[in-house]
Amino acid sequence: MGEKVFMQGNAALAESAIRAGCRFFFGYPITPSSEVPEYYAMRAPEENLVFIQAETEVAAFNMLAGVAATGKRVMTATAGPGFSLGMEAVSYMAAAGLPAVIVNVMRPGPADGDILAAQGDYFQAVKGGGHGDYNTLVLAPYSVQEMADLTVEAFDLAFKYRNPVIILSDAMLAKMRESLELPERITPNEQYDWAITGPKGRAHNVITTCGDGPIQWENFNLALQKKFREIATNEQRWESYQVDDAEIIIVAFGSVARIALGTLKRARAEGMKVGMIRPITLWPFPVKAFEGLDRQEFFVTELNAGQMVEDVKLSVKDKERVRFYGRMGGMTPTPDELYEKLCEYYRK
Amino acid sequence: MNSVKIDFDRCKECGYCIQFCPNQVLANGSEINKKGYYPPAVEKIEKCIACAICARVCPEAAIEVIKDING
Amino acid sequence: MKVIYKRPQVLTDAYFKYCGGCGHGIVNKLIAEIIEEKNWLEKSIIIWPIGCSVYADQYFKTDSICALHGRAPAVGTGIKRSLPENLVIVYQGDGDLVSEGLSEIMHSAIRGEKFSVVFINNAIYGMTGGQMAPTTLLGQKTTTSPYGRSEEFSGTPVNMAELIANVPGCYYSERVAVNTPQNILATKRAIKKAFEYQMEGQGLTFVEVLSPCPTGWKLKPTKAQEFLTEEMLKIYPLGVFKSPEVAK
Repeated sequence: MGEKVFMQGNAALAESAIRAGCRFFFGYPITPSSEVPEYYAMRAPEENLVFIQAETEVAAFNMLAGVAATGKRVMTATAGPGFSLGMEAVSYMAAAGLPAVIVNVMRPGPADGDILAAQGDYFQAVKGGGHGDYNTLVLAPYSVQEMADLTVEAFDLAFKYRNPVIILSDAMLAKMRESLELPERITPNEQYDWAITGPKGRAHNVITTCGDGPIQWENFNLALQKKFREIATNEQRWESYQVDDAEIIIVAFGSVARIALGTLKRARAEGMKVGMIRPITLWPFPVKAFEGLDRQEFFVTELNAGQMVEDVKLSVKDKERVRFYGRMGGMTPTPDELYEKLCEYYRK
Repeated sequence: MNSVKIDFDRCKECGYCIQFCPNQVLANGSEINKKGYYPPAVEKIEKCIACAICARVCPEAAIEVIKDING
Repeated sequence: MKVIYKRPQVLTDAYFKYCGGCGHGIVNKLIAEIIEEKNWLEKSIIIWPIGCSVYADQYFKTDSICALHGRAPAVGTGIKRSLPENLVIVYQGDGDLVSEGLSEIMHSAIRGEKFSVVFINNAIYGMTGGQMAPTTLLGQKTTTSPYGRSEEFSGTPVNMAELIANVPGCYYSERVAVNTPQNILATKRAIKKAFEYQMEGQGLTFVEVLSPCPTGWKLKPTKAQEFLTEEMLKIYPLGVFKSPEVAK
């Protein structure tokens, strides 16, 4: 398919966005996402990109809205504090039908927090950190290869549904280096009948999220909800590992899923019937992955105080069969630490 | 004769056209419109010089001014 | 028969939702006249603010987008960088430009973004019911300054046209008013100049328009114009603060 390279996660994400035809990037430096704007700045002249270091994340997210409104691909990358600043604009882009891609490289919160790996922004990204009834697709890569592949998918999904898409990464995925195959270059379509480009040869287009009375505004919301239900039905993605005969199923996403693969291997070697479900879309949460798994135990592990575990409990028949183990502050478990927890919880 | 046409239901009775007409062509009207306002009456059309100041100060773009180039 | 003045065709048939005597109506009309006279409709994109003009997309046959409060210059940055050949108009009021969006407008000028800004200054927050704005005059009574704006808690009024003129990326800055027929024509000239500079490819163009707010000021429209003439002009002088001619 594409070029085989050895690259850092953030750089692979940026390069893949460029190859997917994303020529516009607006962002504000924040650890651990800064390599993404730096990459765009460096590649801008030879690839004819428009890179602007915005004054704040608030401005960056709104610049995204502007470019997306004209039908072109655009992206930003940030971390927790900046992601919080952008939430009003995410609500806006979802309401206005603007297909921008937003990368949040998670680091420990709350507040300024620290800068290593964390997954504490799950609620914010998945349940919607902005106000009002809206959803955005949330994609969770777990390798540098997925940083590339899911970036290409993010743009396609954004334009397929005219909705912002969030890529939820973390400091570990962002900074680690792995081999990957870069995607092929494409020239995306930039002609959309809904876009704001000047009313040439057509009736004028309006993009507004200001309701004009409750009847109109409820209808607007009903139409949005219809779209979100369609996405929820059609776009659930996950990967299952040795689930068929498993008695205990690990549920983890992102970098924790990578660690848990080591746990899975050891547990199987020790005779435990363990499997894993790795959600790839966090919204829509892959409820289909849990269908029929009525007698299994679920071991949910995340780098937070327990966020995705709530969605797992909602997806299974018996929430008493769901247990949680988490680390915070930038601490990450080893595969052995997770294995010891499995034994503590489940070994008779 | 020049003519001044006021879109009756657009008018919100701000009074600018009456105030700024140099020849007092317009005056307070006595007929109420759909919104409850009293649009101006064109009282002295014979004094109108088609300067269109009334049209230019109107915040509703409710006034049309036509010049009679013959009369 | 010769038509001396007719409602601009760039406006739709929708009735303006503005209060009687509001300056927004006058300026909206001027923008429509300019776009029609210059035949720029197919290129025109207007970014509307949150404020009394929030529904103005309903009044224009241009493409329109309504931005979040204060963010119109950021949205405008995205649109103009994406479509440099279009006429991109960023339209804002006091709350949007001077308060919520002060960072966005200043940084747009710092970067020299090539859109035109039409800033309606009526020294108050109209849409939300008449609260104080950063442009409210000292001693002026509003719902959040019921005893008159005090310097101790709220500072002094902000002169945006002068402030932004000091930024090198601002190509043109003028303050005008819509209180008299002559001033309305001067407002039209200023806005037309701003749009012309934009279409020539120049930097940020900025027109501040002093406007009456009869409802917010609790004055009949003709009395509101008196307040503008007698009080606002003392604090907000009309004039050109930045222009290529002056720079030479």
